[in-house]
Amino acid sequence: MASVLATAAGKTGKAGMPSLFTHSASEMDLYEYNAEDSMVKSPVDSQNKKLLLCNLLDISPVLNEAASAIVDDSFTRCFKSNISEPWNWNIYLFPLWCLGVVFRHTILFPIRLLLLAIGWVIFLACFYPIHMLLKGHDNIRQKLERGLVEFICSVFVASWTGVVKYHGPRPSRRPKQVFVANHTSMIDFVILEQMTAFAVIMQKHPGWVGLLQTTVLESLGCIWFNRTESKDRLIVAEKLKRHVEDPESNPLLIFPEGTCVNNEYTVMFKKGAFELGCAVCPVAIKYNKIFVDAFWNSKKQSFTTHLIQLMTSWAVVCDVWYLEPQTIRPGETAIEFAERVRDMIAKRAGIKKVPWDGYLKYYRPSPKMTEKKQQKYSETIVQQLQDTRLT
Amino acid sequence: MGNSSSMLTQYDLEELQTHCQGIFSQREIVALYERFCALDRTGKGFILSDEFMAVPEFALNPLAERLLRTLEGVNFKEFITLLSAFSARASYEHKVEFIFRVYDSDRNGKVTMYDILEVLRDLSGSFLTDDQRKQVVIQALEEAGFSEDSALTYQDFLEVLNKAGLKMEVEVPVD
Repeated sequence: MASVLATAAGKTGKAGMPSLFTHSASEMDLYEYNAEDSMVKSPVDSQNKKLLLCNLLDISPVLNEAASAIVDDSFTRCFKSNISEPWNWNIYLFPLWCLGVVFRHTILFPIRLLLLAIGWVIFLACFYPIHMLLKGHDNIRQKLERGLVEFICSVFVASWTGVVKYHGPRPSRRPKQVFVANHTSMIDFVILEQMTAFAVIMQKHPGWVGLLQTTVLESLGCIWFNRTESKDRLIVAEKLKRHVEDPESNPLLIFPEGTCVNNEYTVMFKKGAFELGCAVCPVAIKYNKIFVDAFWNSKKQSFTTHLIQLMTSWAVVCDVWYLEPQTIRPGETAIEFAERVRDMIAKRAGIKKVPWDGYLKYYRPSPKMTEKKQQKYSETIVQQLQDTRLT
Repeated sequence: MGNSSSMLTQYDLEELQTHCQGIFSQREIVALYERFCALDRTGKGFILSDEFMAVPEFALNPLAERLLRTLEGVNFKEFITLLSAFSARASYEHKVEFIFRVYDSDRNGKVTMYDILEVLRDLSGSFLTDDQRKQVVIQALEEAGFSEDSALTYQDFLEVLNKAGLKMEVEVPVD
């Protein structure tokens, strides 16, 4: 359930030609923002302003960049699951490790499963009656439902023995604010939700997760959409606007990366959340990988497998920081604002920033980025051609 | 507990090392093998164009399409042979040979003005007109004492290119 913020607001202007392969404006802008022109080497000699054959033929910087990307690239690194270090390598530790495996799978796992089942029974037994019976009393109903969702989320956290440390003041409910967090797995949402009932913007999911989305979480004012449908993005943009204006609604939580990253890196923030004209409250989440890697590699495993993996581990250890709310500074663009907030989160959680759009998992990069490089390269040549014509 | 480097035996490593003329150390070969397996998503033993293009940093490269002609469907041996030109231990000749092969698309051992123009087109895209490109190439060729009909050989490349200016060094991340 990779929750995603469509570049909703940013898209609205250009929605005339929706296609799977259009590229968000923000993707381009950010690339420009981070543009490094290391690879372009001008064929024009800087000293005597002459076009030299050796410089023209020397394409080594471009080749070098291609080879570097083949050998190692920052984008792939963002989505690499960490391989756990084996520690069971000697004769004393090995039996201990085996004992641990048996204990975790045959004792811990069933207990946790039972706990989860009981939690669900209680939750459903209360949720539906409240949902049906209190139709007229929206205020009480909302309050109770919020409490129930927080309850089921803490059951979830307990089911993998979540050891979560929350730092900073708890989020308050008021209009004109939006929370943004870095995204590692759907469990981020559960961990944040157990403290405060957030309304979240998420990708629509198939299976039991999807069922939950449409029944239970809908009551919190969560918004669903499909990453690949631009029509959905328009609707989301509309709903978003209405949501932040409404003082009665739950605080809004957005994962602006739009995809799960392995908690070592952070990819580009989609600017939609930063264009709503309200205060942005950054939330940094950092998992400790000592027992289990919390990264959900959605291309490799289903969410159920991911949950079972968490439930058979000793514990999920994580830190959550609620950072100081930020507002856009005068003269700052939405992208610069998004980058500033990303900086804060990256610094607090100790993760590295990369300039890539997480959606590149699904799409090829825009040819415009190649054109940028071509343009840089060409400019020097044009300049030189003009110079020779003058002399 | 398993680790992927165990799939290469000492024999494999030694063979691969001779194959790339000792340019890569065994640790580097192991690291490159892991990378190769990661790029080869379905584990078929070779890498398709699409899999290379899934690396955004590569897909953005103006020469990506051109390079894919040599890269398409490489197995691990070919993979390290190609990359060996980018090692700090590779000779100047080795590196120039790689560059020459990029230009010499028809593999006849000669690079004409048209070959150079084609590469220049990849590099400049729509930002230069055909006339401008032609003007640039002729100017540069004449500056170096060639004419627009000359065909450059590998030897010419060795002499023309600037040994110190060549920037072809990619470090293999070994952990």
